[in-house]
Amino acid sequence: MSAAPPPRITRRALMLLGVQLGVVGVLGWRMRDLQVRQHEHYAMLADENRINLRLIPPARGTITDRAGVPLAINRRNYRVSLVREQAGDPPAILDRLGRIIPIDAETRERALREIATHSAFVPVVIAEHLTWEDVARISANAPVLPGVVAEVGLSRSYPLGRDTGHVVGYVGPVSESDLAKIEDPDPVLRIPRFQIGKTGVEQRMEDTLRGEAGTLRIEVSAAGRVMRELGRAEGTPGQDVALTLDEGLQSYAMRRMEGESAAAAVIDVTNGDIVALASAPGFDPNSFVFGIGVAEWNSLLEDEYRPLAAKTVAGAYPPGSTFKPVVALAALAAGTIAPGDRVHCAGFTQLGNRRFHCWKHGGHGSVDLRKSLSQSCDCYYYEVARRTGADAIAAMARRLGLGYRHDLPLPAVTAGLMPDRAWKAETRKESWTVGDSFNYGIGQGYTLASPLQLAVMAARVATGTEVAPRLVRAIGGVDLPFEPPKSLGLDPRHLEAVRNGMFAVSNEGTAYRSRIADPAMLMAGKTGTSQVRVITAAERARGVTKNEQLPWNRRDHALFIAFAPYDKPRYAIAQIVEHGGGGSAVAAPIARDILLYALCGGEPPLEAYPPEQRKSIGEQRARMPAAEAAPPAAGTRDRA
Amino acid sequence: MSARGTGAPRGAAKLLAVHWPLVLLLSAVAGMGFMMLYSVAGGSLDPWARAQMIRFALGLCVMLVIAMIDIRFWKLVSPLAYLGSFALLLYVEAAGHVGMGAQRWINLGFIVLQPSEMMKISLVMVLAAYYARLDPGKVSRPLWMVPPLALILAPVALVMTQPDLGTSIMLLAGGAAVMFLAGVSIWYFATAAAAAAGLVTLVLRSRGTDWQLLRDYQFNRIDTFLDPGRDPLGTGYHITQAKIALGSGGLAGRGFMQGTQSRLNFLPEKHTDFIFTTLAEEFGFLGTLALLILFTLVILFCVQSAIANRDRFGALLTGGIGATFFLFFAVNMAMVMGLMPVVGVPLPLVSYGGSAMLVLLAAFGLAQSAHVHRPRERG
Repeated sequence: MSAAPPPRITRRALMLLGVQLGVVGVLGWRMRDLQVRQHEHYAMLADENRINLRLIPPARGTITDRAGVPLAINRRNYRVSLVREQAGDPPAILDRLGRIIPIDAETRERALREIATHSAFVPVVIAEHLTWEDVARISANAPVLPGVVAEVGLSRSYPLGRDTGHVVGYVGPVSESDLAKIEDPDPVLRIPRFQIGKTGVEQRMEDTLRGEAGTLRIEVSAAGRVMRELGRAEGTPGQDVALTLDEGLQSYAMRRMEGESAAAAVIDVTNGDIVALASAPGFDPNSFVFGIGVAEWNSLLEDEYRPLAAKTVAGAYPPGSTFKPVVALAALAAGTIAPGDRVHCAGFTQLGNRRFHCWKHGGHGSVDLRKSLSQSCDCYYYEVARRTGADAIAAMARRLGLGYRHDLPLPAVTAGLMPDRAWKAETRKESWTVGDSFNYGIGQGYTLASPLQLAVMAARVATGTEVAPRLVRAIGGVDLPFEPPKSLGLDPRHLEAVRNGMFAVSNEGTAYRSRIADPAMLMAGKTGTSQVRVITAAERARGVTKNEQLPWNRRDHALFIAFAPYDKPRYAIAQIVEHGGGGSAVAAPIARDILLYALCGGEPPLEAYPPEQRKSIGEQRARMPAAEAAPPAAGTRDRA
Repeated sequence: MSARGTGAPRGAAKLLAVHWPLVLLLSAVAGMGFMMLYSVAGGSLDPWARAQMIRFALGLCVMLVIAMIDIRFWKLVSPLAYLGSFALLLYVEAAGHVGMGAQRWINLGFIVLQPSEMMKISLVMVLAAYYARLDPGKVSRPLWMVPPLALILAPVALVMTQPDLGTSIMLLAGGAAVMFLAGVSIWYFATAAAAAAGLVTLVLRSRGTDWQLLRDYQFNRIDTFLDPGRDPLGTGYHITQAKIALGSGGLAGRGFMQGTQSRLNFLPEKHTDFIFTTLAEEFGFLGTLALLILFTLVILFCVQSAIANRDRFGALLTGGIGATFFLFFAVNMAMVMGLMPVVGVPLPLVSYGGSAMLVLLAAFGLAQSAHVHRPRERG
């Protein structure tokens, strides 16, 4: 006890404590900083972590004809998915599933690959577009198929198939190029496999049909598993669109043109409603919805009848003699000819060292306006066009609905071409010649028009009003506002003279064989045969080659325009048969049948036909393909 | 001096002499741990809370048993404890090389022992014993500096190679704390601090060279620490998500079992090293402050007991244990709050894990023993 007690560690212990308390102070300060001062910032980050917004795709609006017959609808689409964490042994489950529904090796491989790369709780789609029977059988076997879930989605279906393919169009999955085209794309487009309109009304009225996506607020775990639903805001379904088309007439027109490369446009002249817009051959839009097969796609592309082209609005053809009423009205308005004035037709008109021939070898002799139309005399129109001039003809053409693009919700609506002096000077760097006027007079040369434009022209001639074509009748069940068309401001006597000439065409002249016999539905029309090749002087010397001897794609186009009934016009039609030969022989009979169908609201009675034709018409009806009975079956299998 | 005459209690009286407020304090801290483990398991005692409770009960028994044994015995066995821990460290190091990867523990069947945890306490013990024997006048003599430095650096070198940066830091700092308490000249510490700064510079400079001093992943942790946003889904994920959990708790927290960060698995290691974040998220600033105060009370007790203890070994031991405990929670909290790199140190008595809890409770047993058997003034 003698040794001094060892020094206490008090001083050092307190110093150490001081350091420790200092650190504790820093920790406390940091806690306060994070938890109190920056709380809101981090609370927001935490919510961002856990809350996901998912979009609920809106139901797409349907498309119907004018009477509500469905043209594009949403059909239930059954599919089965596999969830790995419930399946346990995916290959074994797939084997069992394969005994119930066909699963090819490729699908199986893809599915197994996707299952391996996704999280265990993510459903991987195994098969799509199953029938209800398939789903029922899978459900019945559910106990031995753990992890297999059947889901129902909506997919687009076109009950009328190829009859309305060109007009209605089709939908397909959003592609990268689609997204690139849209500025500020709707986030709904990012939903995998979301479908948008690719062509036709489906494409051009996309915004109306699509609707607004709903949102689903869900809480997710760090791995992305959905824990619970926090809230749901229902979207707005797309609006239904009712077209002006008449389903019966449209289908009839398609059947009547079966086997041809042809197009017909029928307009209700009282309001501009397009009741038929048929382009043959058609294509089945249902093929495109689930991805078209390569073989089918190639056969569509390689078909020289061009099934994918909407010839009614996108096809620009020389109107040929169907253009003559326009030239006549231009001349009458310009005063360069009166209805009674006569022009001599010798079978050709000499211009310098060039001869412009009339279609009738030997000529029509003395021709007035009525005869010029009914006999479709070319020399008369060479002379009239020379007197009237290109600019006046072009101006009249535009008043009658030619040479500009009509506002329709369809892609690739052509403007056609109604040339004038300025146009030629600008695009060809040449001045207008008298020869150009000659060609203009018979709707050849540079002149181009679509069947739709020609139908509008016929409608305007028939009514003397600015009939504007329209394809959409109602959106969301509400009829679109309709204004009666204004008068064109043409002299009624001029219109009457031209209509009278067109009456003569159908009831005395070139289209006499294709007349309507029923006096209540008499038709007025104009034939046209437009050349797609130049007939050389040498060929003319040895005799013009007959159409039948030419290869198909060098034959003349057959055209016909008409309206009926003559005394109280209701419908106007423009008909083209590509490389069909003569307008009177090929186009007029088809147009007459379609027009009669429109007027009668269905298959016309045989009494409406000329007596001598009734027997052959009856036979022709028997040969025609029957109207498609039922829409295509619901479940066509996945063609991936 | 004869300890027999110091008037230390005997027999059952010893139990009464145990510092019960400290036991209560430790139980309160462990209780918070049970709650958090129950919460991160989604409101279930399994798999963590129940096991942790059993271990804590076992640990309390171990603590009391150790407390009942005379402090002189512990002073005597200190070198043995150190040598034993060192041997085990060597063993796992060798086994780690033979086996797969960095195995840092020994499975004893009923418990998994981590020699590096044992070393944290053994080192404090052996240093306290060394300085208790050493003439206080000689502590700052360079020659007498060699043994303690060797005692510290040998295990540090071993642990470094494992590699376990967190334990290395803890061993260095724990050893230094005992030396500081023993009265080693401040200048040594100043010099060491300067050298450490130089070493850090050197280590950082070594990056990408042939003589790189840390593993790539360790460098990555440092980078991530400096800028967690750099790689929010990779190495920075832990820190970013931990901060979000902390901050989103706010003043009062989201409520028990309402922490979205932990419940939805955004938090890694939510039941071990990062359990503090769950506490912060569910109980907010008030909860974390409460825990910090409990921890601070524990070190205050240690310092108070050390100062009051006239036995140099007991005083140094208690002070060293307090410092080690302080290092545990300070490093863990600093790491979770983004004040220092993620080094892998558990939150003492709260994080799930047997080794650290048992060793810590054993250490407090030693402190209790020093407290119970402290020399007492005679009237």
